[in-house]
Order: sequence, then C-alpha cells, then structure tokens
Amino acid sequence: MSDSKLSKNLLRMKFMQRGLDAETRKQLEEDERRIISDEHWYLDLPELRARENLILEEQSLVSCEDLKYGRFSFKGFNPEVEKLMVTMNPKEEEEERQEEEVSRMQTDVTDEEMALRYESLVGSMRKKFTRKKNQVSEEGDTERVSLKRDQASEEGDTKRVSLKRDQASEEGDTERVSRKRDQASEEGDTKRVFLKPQD
Amino acid sequence: MFSGLREKVGQVLVPGDEFSLEVQETLSLTEPLKPEKVLLGPGLKRRGDRKLLVVKSGVLRHKQPHVFWVENHQRRYVPAKGETVIGIITVKSGDVFKLDFGGSEQASLSYLAFEGATKRNRPNVQVGDLVFAQFIVANQHMEPELVCVDSAGRANGLGVFGAGGLLFSVSLGLVRRLLRPRSDVLSDLQKLFPCELVVGMNGRLWVKASSVQQTLIICNLLQSCETMTTAQRQQLFRRAAQGAL
Repeated sequence: MSDSKLSKNLLRMKFMQRGLDAETRKQLEEDERRIISDEHWYLDLPELRARENLILEEQSLVSCEDLKYGRFSFKGFNPEVEKLMVTMNPKEEEEERQEEEVSRMQTDVTDEEMALRYESLVGSMRKKFTRKKNQVSEEGDTERVSLKRDQASEEGDTKRVSLKRDQASEEGDTERVSRKRDQASEEGDTKRVFLKPQD
Repeated sequence: MFSGLREKVGQVLVPGDEFSLEVQETLSLTEPLKPEKVLLGPGLKRRGDRKLLVVKSGVLRHKQPHVFWVENHQRRYVPAKGETVIGIITVKSGDVFKLDFGGSEQASLSYLAFEGATKRNRPNVQVGDLVFAQFIVANQHMEPELVCVDSAGRANGLGVFGAGGLLFSVSLGLVRRLLRPRSDVLSDLQKLFPCELVVGMNGRLWVKASSVQQTLIICNLLQSCETMTTAQRQQLFRRAAQGAL
C-alpha cells in the first residue's frame, strides 16, 4: 500500500511512526507545531513598556525591621516551642559561618584520607591491567599491607565485603574467579591468581 | 535620589512633611541609568508620581538598601497582612469563628484553616480560647481574615495555645522591641526564670511561668519596660533575678 492512499491522521498515529527514523519524526513534529502556533491569535500592537514604579509601599513592619517569630520559650519551659524557635527564625550569619567552618574541618580530614586511598588504588588498578612481564611484585606487597591495615570504609572495604559475599561484582567476572581462591583478596593477589590459568 | 530623605534619618517628622524625588543632575554615559527603588514602610505614603508624604509623627528609620519607615508610639493596632496576632474567640457560628484582636472590627477565622482540619474533623476550639494566627486579608475595605496555618498547610506554632498563663496588653513599640533580631529586653528576660512567652503584634502578650507569682513578676516587668531607660531596666531585672521582688 502506498503512502498516498493512507490518510494523514492515520499516518500520524503512534504505530505508523515507529517505522520512521528520528529525522522524519522530528520534521513531522515541527510541521505540526508550526501549524498549531500559526493558529494562535496575538495582538499586533507596538511593544509597550510599563513605567516602573519607583516607590513601593509596605504596610507591615515585619519586613522593615526583620522581626522574629512570635513564640518564645526560655530555659526549656516548653520544648516544642524551643524547636519552633530554631526552625522558624531566620538563621543568623555568624552561626552559618561557624557551621561552615566546622563542616570544612571535617571534610579536610576526609579529603586527605581520600588522597591516600586514591594513590594506592590508582597504582593497584594500573597493575591489574598490565601484563605479567611488567608487574612489579614489591609494590604489590606494600600495597597489600597498607590496604589490609586501613579499616575505614571506602571503595576497598566495600569491595572486600561484596567479594566475601559473592554478589554481583562492580568490576566484572575477573574478580569473581579470584574470589573463590582468595578470601582476603585485593588487587595484587587477584591479578596474580587470575593470570595463572591463562598462562 | 532620596538624599533629602536620607538626611532626615533619625530625626522627628510630623504629618504633612513632604519629600520629592530628585532628578539626577549628572548622568553618566558609561553606566545605564538605573532607577533607584524605594520601599516605604508604615508612616510614609506616596503622593503622585514623585512625592512622599509623612502621615505619622515619629522618628524616621532606615534600613539598607532602600527601606524607610516612621517609628511612632501607638497602642491601637491596625491589621496588616502577614502579621501574627493573638486573638480571642468570641463567636462560633457555623463554619467560621469570629476573633477579637483589638482592631476596629472582629476578624473571621475559618474552621478549615487549622492543620489537619477537614469538614468531618473539626478543630477543638471553644469560645474564649486564645489563638495565635496570621492575617491573610487585612485592608480597609474588607473584613480582616485570619488563618492558623501557613501556605503549605503546616501549623508552625499557630493555632490555639496553652492553658493557664496571663494575657495583657502593651504598646506596639514594646512588641517591636521584643521581636527585634538582637533585642536586649528579650535577652534580659531569658536569664530570669523558665517561662513561655507569646508575642502578638497587636500589642498583646501572653506569659506563662511555673508559678503564679513568677508569671505576675514577668508581666509587671514587661509593662514597666516601656517607660524605663536601659540602666533602670537592667537594675530591675537584676533585682527580680535575686528574688527581691
């Protein structure tokens, strides 16, 4: 059946459009949009710019003086109201600055730890993908030791946990092979164990 | 532009004083001409396109960048949209409560304007209850309306509050002094006794402390704060803290 015998509405239905490629579909959509926007009415007037009123009036004093929330409770007389006082009042700038400093200190520590982790991980990942000839065993030993010692949670730990449980691996089947042989596994060992059967 | 107005900040103005908008004398060719906006608070009204009129007698105050208002002594409250007040329920008729907040007429409060209220689940409000509510309609042409819920439907402390305690009225100026960001009256009060305080912008305060005597002491302290200097007030609070009152 040629296209000329089918009506336009039929061609516009969803099941007929599945066969078309993206370009023709976009073309059809644009044509439709153009037809629809042509049918919209608009005023053919020159652009009027409203004169901005410079003077604004405000009846309430709350915004003028930054008044606080009206309920107070002192020395823990009503704990719910104390909670409301904290949430409803706008936070003062000094408190915000102090909170920023505290959070920055916490992240500083974890940033350094992250850098250390990354160093060891990058090296071990690189070694994982090098051939047996290019591997350097000494570096692998020290990294294994350092990785064993570090107990704080980061990618290495989560991997170890997931490896122990034998769940879906983040890095593919290569690690699962080594997992069965090595319980306390990390990159150096897995690579060596993995390469053995291939040789 | 309003340099004449800026000069008078801190001075006393009386109704009838006029300020006019000045035209900029030197136009800079590099920067675009930015019209300076001015926000007028209570006490100042716009007259015509470029003139200001003072309608209350008091001291002119200014807040950066461009807010001006007149601070005066007043006991009569005029409702304004967005302000929270303490109202007393006077009439409970059908779907609407009528509250007395100290204005020229009573405000209406719909029973659906409480948190979690539906047509079947009506709020437990009786005649004579104290309600902390917020204005949503407050102009000279319409009956004022209050609600006990914010735009998201949460109560946030609005609604019927506490049994017991004492309700008394003060001037609007004292209420503003209490609600200011770094209020010294409030910080003095903080150190006294454990107590709960609700401040309505219609000049009504409600205080509750652990004993009747303490409640009365706080009430008297707040009422006398209006006419005292800072030193006198601090001395009085110190005496109250020591238990001499």
